[in-house]
Amino acid sequence: MMFDLFIQGIQMLVVLLLAPLLTGLVRRVKARLLRRRGPSIIQPYRDLFRLMRKEAVLADNASWLFRIAPYWIFATTWVAASLVPTFATGLIFSWAADLIVIVALLGSARFFLALAGLDIGTSFGGLGSSREVMIASLAEPALIMVVFTVAMIAGSTQLSTVSTFMLSPEVGLRVSLGLALVALIIVAVAENSRLPVDNPSTHLEVTMIHEAMILEYSGRHLAVIEIASSLNLLLYVSLISSIFFPWGLADANAAPIDLLTGLVFYVFKLVLSGCLLATFETSIAKMRVFRVPQFIGTALMMALLAALLMFVTRSL
Amino acid sequence: MINEALSYDVAHILAGGMLLVSFMLLYQDRMYGLLNIFALHAFVLSLSVAWEAYVNHSPHLYVTAVIALVLKAIIIPTALHRIVQRLGIHRTVETTVGIGATMLVGIGLVALSMALMLPVTDAADPLARQDLAFALSIILLGLLMMVTRRNAVGQVVGLMSIENGLILAAAGANGMPLVVEISVAFSVLVAFMVIGIFLFRIRERFDTVDVHVLDSFRGERR
Repeated sequence: MMFDLFIQGIQMLVVLLLAPLLTGLVRRVKARLLRRRGPSIIQPYRDLFRLMRKEAVLADNASWLFRIAPYWIFATTWVAASLVPTFATGLIFSWAADLIVIVALLGSARFFLALAGLDIGTSFGGLGSSREVMIASLAEPALIMVVFTVAMIAGSTQLSTVSTFMLSPEVGLRVSLGLALVALIIVAVAENSRLPVDNPSTHLEVTMIHEAMILEYSGRHLAVIEIASSLNLLLYVSLISSIFFPWGLADANAAPIDLLTGLVFYVFKLVLSGCLLATFETSIAKMRVFRVPQFIGTALMMALLAALLMFVTRSL
Repeated sequence: MINEALSYDVAHILAGGMLLVSFMLLYQDRMYGLLNIFALHAFVLSLSVAWEAYVNHSPHLYVTAVIALVLKAIIIPTALHRIVQRLGIHRTVETTVGIGATMLVGIGLVALSMALMLPVTDAADPLARQDLAFALSIILLGLLMMVTRRNAVGQVVGLMSIENGLILAAAGANGMPLVVEISVAFSVLVAFMVIGIFLFRIRERFDTVDVHVLDSFRGERR
């Protein structure tokens, strides 16, 4: 019992500590690919500590919502991220690690972020919120369809069951899985404000989405939001790897040494996906905002198709 | 020998891949892109038929696969490339009804064909069953493509993709005689030639291959 709680605590700490590292890695690899030196890989931690120490400036007309939103966003994202199996399945809270719960947690975080963007009443915030909601209205159905597809294949929406099923040989080759993977990657790119949808490395652009919403935040509020968005990226990476590439996950009653190997595998997966993301981002240009619905619509279409194709497989 | 599950899965992937390529055809709005994807469509078809031949030990299906590969993945796309070049429409971006709407209709058609095919073929062999369901969706998507395209070349590609769907159905139903297969293949080729000549005639007459001009020529109003 104590050991199980300890492992779950480790998982929560691991996601929290690794999240800024992943962001730093992506930035660093991107800079190297552009033949710049780039900031150090631990720069996000320094930024966070710096922001924590700074004074938080609030607009005069900011309501209580504006002040609690960062913490709410951070809390929901952290809970969601620590529910996803990262290095081990069958943790003590894995009964709660339901895909639909995770989607709901992320949805509520996004809702509060959009509200916070609207709260101050600046034009930039409202613009960012409306765009964020436009993207979410397409990305969320796609995510739900992916969840349904995966649940139809694995027979459960619980993530540890899904991961265990995906490791077993009875999965076979399936078109639906491939389609769901592509759809989930597109959703992840859109939800993390990565490049074809939004440019994560700018504060001064008319087309920005995420940065426009958090433009009014400063100090510790900004720090909390920044770490929440790092956590979000980490969450999507672990979600994709736990559903589609669950190799190296320690199972329910694993010895500590297995847990350690699981952790090594997990870090390896993070590094790999960070490099892939950076390569992807450097090789494409940002889309016009009005083309974004088409891009995410593709994800929705693929996810729908994946769910439909499930009906002609041998299992159903 | 390969086991049942694997053979089913590979067939499923190939047929599903064909359906996906059909959607790519619907999505694509550039001339050369369209032709390349059509070649891919035929290529996946030939792979699928060849796999069918391999698992069912029916050598005559190999002939079908080779016909599909040579005729539809190589000859017809190349010829269409030439036509597009000679018509000077290779820079044309097709204006379709609106990609989002088309895609949604396409999904609806796939759902329709599954809802139609699966109860009907309840007793059939699962391999044939899924091939039939996929083939019907591919045919319907080809029809949809013919409806939504304004450009005559796009419509030709739609027609050819319908034919690909038919071949998939025939291969899955495990027994279209070779004679029928060959005659279908060649009638498609003939149809293709006729359409090719027809395209040049349309262009000569109207200076465009946009079929909406035909409507106004007939005195129809839009």
